[in-house]
Amino acid sequence: MRDVYVVGVGMIKFGRYPDKDVSQMGAEAGVRALKDAGASIKDVEMLVCGNLFQANAMNAQKILQQIGQTGIPALNVSNACATGSTAFREAYVGVASGMYDITMAVGVEQMGKMGLLGGGARSGGESVEGVLGSGLMPAVFGQAGVEHMRKHGTTAEHFAKISVKNHKHSVHNPLSQYQVEVSLDDVMNARMVAYPNTLYMCCPTGDGAAAAILMSEDKIKQFTTQPIKVATSVLTSDPYTDRDLTMPDVNTLTQNAAKEAYEKAGIGPQDLSVVELHDCFATAELLHYENLGLCAEGEAGRMIDEGRTELGGDIPVNVSGGLLSKGHPLGATGVANIYEIVTQLRGQGGARQVEGAQAGLAHVIGLGSACTIHILTT
Amino acid sequence: MTNTQRAIAPMLRLPAAPDEKPYLVGYRCPECQATYIGGNRVGCSKCTFVGDLPEVRLSDHGTLYVYSIVHQSAPGIPVPYVSAIVDLPEGVSVRCNLVDIEPDPQKIAFGMPVDMVTRKVRERTEKNAHGEEETIDIIAFFFRPRKD
Repeated sequence: MRDVYVVGVGMIKFGRYPDKDVSQMGAEAGVRALKDAGASIKDVEMLVCGNLFQANAMNAQKILQQIGQTGIPALNVSNACATGSTAFREAYVGVASGMYDITMAVGVEQMGKMGLLGGGARSGGESVEGVLGSGLMPAVFGQAGVEHMRKHGTTAEHFAKISVKNHKHSVHNPLSQYQVEVSLDDVMNARMVAYPNTLYMCCPTGDGAAAAILMSEDKIKQFTTQPIKVATSVLTSDPYTDRDLTMPDVNTLTQNAAKEAYEKAGIGPQDLSVVELHDCFATAELLHYENLGLCAEGEAGRMIDEGRTELGGDIPVNVSGGLLSKGHPLGATGVANIYEIVTQLRGQGGARQVEGAQAGLAHVIGLGSACTIHILTT
Repeated sequence: MTNTQRAIAPMLRLPAAPDEKPYLVGYRCPECQATYIGGNRVGCSKCTFVGDLPEVRLSDHGTLYVYSIVHQSAPGIPVPYVSAIVDLPEGVSVRCNLVDIEPDPQKIAFGMPVDMVTRKVRERTEKNAHGEEETIDIIAFFFRPRKD
């Protein structure tokens, strides 16, 4: 395998675009990434599109039908919430394997106000949601947080502080769906969705798209003086653990991915300048502090108390505003995380810039389950 | 005449004999004893054994592992309710509603002993083999705090 670099990134503001279709949004993000790279669609040798809800719509091809039908291989991937990051990884593998020199990944999703998601609601034709517990995401991630409470004495307030932090970060990100600061009282007193997650502790639904251009080492000099290296790309699935098939275990596959990523990149958690991780719910972010080795097991509550993951702290997490503010258009999310890390490593983060950022980690979980970790370096 | 009863999910068995209690079934790997709930299987995902996993009758009691209190759900689903994960003695966990308890974190204790109950949750009218309309009671299982 050979080294791979991100040379261009592009993203549209996450929000609601009822008048656009998926391929238009994807094409807009793709054009922005190409412009950022100083490249043309004619330079791209393979396109991977990540999209979940219209996975049968041939969106990669439809994007080319908008911006250039060059006849290149185009493929469509879906992997739950890790759809976008899986598309990025496939584009990475295309270059790393030596098969292509320049590839493009696009992640795009149109969710509208689709509300609560997920969870096999039927069993043999009978609806079981709300009768045999809940398979919807708020309850699933509520339970994951309650498990942390049980093991480590974490409180609802610890989780609420995650939401306060990410909303505080979001005001500096013009591409975030919401850019609103909230107080701890606001979060704690907001409408309860599924204990312990209140409204502001749940990511919004919405639409969005993000794209990235990846290149081999011998190509980058033609395009940029500031390439960002993909130090490693890891994808794991959920290994067997005791309750995983009843209560999805979001921890073990992240721990496995982190261990593999740090080993392969030769970079440890202490070397990271900035982290974008999968805060679909506030509870999830806190668990991942430990899963990613940002702190020791059982220390995540203290970590948020001490402000270590705020902008200005020793390891800022989700300076983009996170999924909680930026939004979580499923297929777009993983590529948008790469967008943020690249922006930070280039020093282009403006008021949300982490000073001197040299290594960043992007983490995504798709329930079911898939976990990706990408570590990028200057 | 009583209505025909039908289990809400295949993991719940409703014996025909009136003196037999409803029960949950799982599938146990003959090689590593890992136990699964929720339907028949091709093999064992823990040890990779492939072949028949014999059915095992599961206990009607367990302990509360974790929960969430659902306050917002899909239209038509009554809230709030407690969605819980219950650990059964056979080494498998089941997702269920925890009932007969206030939906309040102060009232719910980790590890509390819980017992299974079954209740009718809805009715369905269908035509039977003779073309006659028949009302079927849909029966679900729940867990509730053990009564001393």
